[in-house]
Amino acid sequence: MIDSPRTAVSNPPTQSMISNLGPGDLVRRSATERLPPPERQLTPVAKLIDVSKCIGCKACQSACVEWNDTTPAIGENVGVYTNPHDLTENMFTLMRFTEWVNPETDNLEWLIRKDGCMHCADPGCLKACPAPGAIVQYSNGIVDFIHENCIGCGYCIKGCPFNIPRISKTDRRAYKCTLCSDRVAVGQGPACAKACPTQAIVFGTKEDMKKHAAGRIEDLKSRGYDKAGLYDPPGVGGTHVMYVLHHNDKPGIYADLPENPRISPLVQSWKGVTKYIGLAAMGLMAVGSVVHGVFARPNRVSEEEERHAEDLVEGRPVPPPPPGQPR
Amino acid sequence: MSDHVEEIQPGDAIVPGKPVTVNRYGPLARLNHWVTATSLILLAISGLALFWPGLFFLTGLFGGGQNTRAFHPWIGVLLFVSFFVFFFQLWRANLPSRVDIVWLSRIRDVLGGHEERLPELGKYNAGQKFIFWAMTGLILLLIVSGIGIWDQYFAGYFSITARRIAVLVHSIAAVLIICVFILHVYAAIWTRGTLRAMTRGTVTGGWAWRHHRKWLRELAGQRKTRPAK
Repeated sequence: MIDSPRTAVSNPPTQSMISNLGPGDLVRRSATERLPPPERQLTPVAKLIDVSKCIGCKACQSACVEWNDTTPAIGENVGVYTNPHDLTENMFTLMRFTEWVNPETDNLEWLIRKDGCMHCADPGCLKACPAPGAIVQYSNGIVDFIHENCIGCGYCIKGCPFNIPRISKTDRRAYKCTLCSDRVAVGQGPACAKACPTQAIVFGTKEDMKKHAAGRIEDLKSRGYDKAGLYDPPGVGGTHVMYVLHHNDKPGIYADLPENPRISPLVQSWKGVTKYIGLAAMGLMAVGSVVHGVFARPNRVSEEEERHAEDLVEGRPVPPPPPGQPR
Repeated sequence: MSDHVEEIQPGDAIVPGKPVTVNRYGPLARLNHWVTATSLILLAISGLALFWPGLFFLTGLFGGGQNTRAFHPWIGVLLFVSFFVFFFQLWRANLPSRVDIVWLSRIRDVLGGHEERLPELGKYNAGQKFIFWAMTGLILLLIVSGIGIWDQYFAGYFSITARRIAVLVHSIAAVLIICVFILHVYAAIWTRGTLRAMTRGTVTGGWAWRHHRKWLRELAGQRKTRPAK
């Protein structure tokens, strides 16, 4: 069996399989400083979402709900196609619909972007997570939440540059797209890619997906989309979910896709300099106290001082206050 | 500056005897102090567990990570309420006065234990006042930033950027308050005879004479003008 699946379209074998994705494949583990190096390097995988081929059918959402066995609540129609209104702990992927008037052509363009976890090479959620092993990254690039280790603090939400994780209101654990790690582990591609009727969502090795994207971009350019390009943002080290955008010069028009996503400097300094300087400061304070306690004599009250106090209370003469002392 | 400092607080009184003792903290003030202190220690333990991966095991004391995450903010609310009752009991005696500048300028004598070189002090010295106001400021900062990251109830009210700022402020303020806490505990231990002020509520006359002579003189003066009932 090959280490990572090459496509999402093949059908599963009829015999049962053992998982090909285990603890030995971890390259990062949240709140874990000394993680043993992975036993092997899996071929990095990626999902490529070609927004220009998307017809907005939401088969990907249905497939996601079906495979992950989630039950999103029945929503309310507020006059937009986006349904539900946001990602939730039960909806790991969401088609976001934007009506955009192209100022150059004055044409209305209906932009549909399938939102969900981008599986960053440098994941902000994992960096922020305080619970050991609640967020892991496999050597094939998948960033996964291990729910039994999750404490529900919401730090991943602060760490994520794409606003993806959601905390469940029932079990207080964080949920997001797993890139169908449980399917990938047995040689299958993600459910959304498998369900996509136009192959707007394709899956394979990251290298293959980049090649595929290059062909798509060339095609789009030949059709007049001269700004078409691949969205694989370097600010987070690249992602394992990539977009082909026909307006790659303005990702923001696709329902606020960040132009240059990166882990916020606020999160970086919280998890970096604050942690180290903070620990050093507290340590110095404690050590300083112990050193002073060992080398300085205790500040003790003398017999004489007790006598002065008694004299003062009994009305006998005591040393007067020094003259001219400020109040 | 100095005129508003309340050197003698309600309940402060000399109890003649051998040795003389002085009532420094009433039962309510002590109760508030210890509720605040216990909360602060629990908050520091649970907070550090979520701040430093090497200390995550401390969440076991609270029944695991989920419980630690759930309890920490509530303990914070308890600390906030308890401290601010305490605050209103003490703040008038902690207003800055001119003598504090002299005290601070002779900090070397303070650390060396040469109290005879320091001016006579009221109920609190500048170091104690610093602890008081640092705690006050940091607790305010911690409760405000803490609400900002209390996602269970308040996630909907703040943007993610606001929550990132809140978590950074919360961690910095927490580090500072732990430093202030260490200073406070150490000062109370090093200055012998201080702890009983917060346990029994009294100090010896000699302690008051040595560290807060102006306070003692004023209490003694009060006894002369208003004889014991």
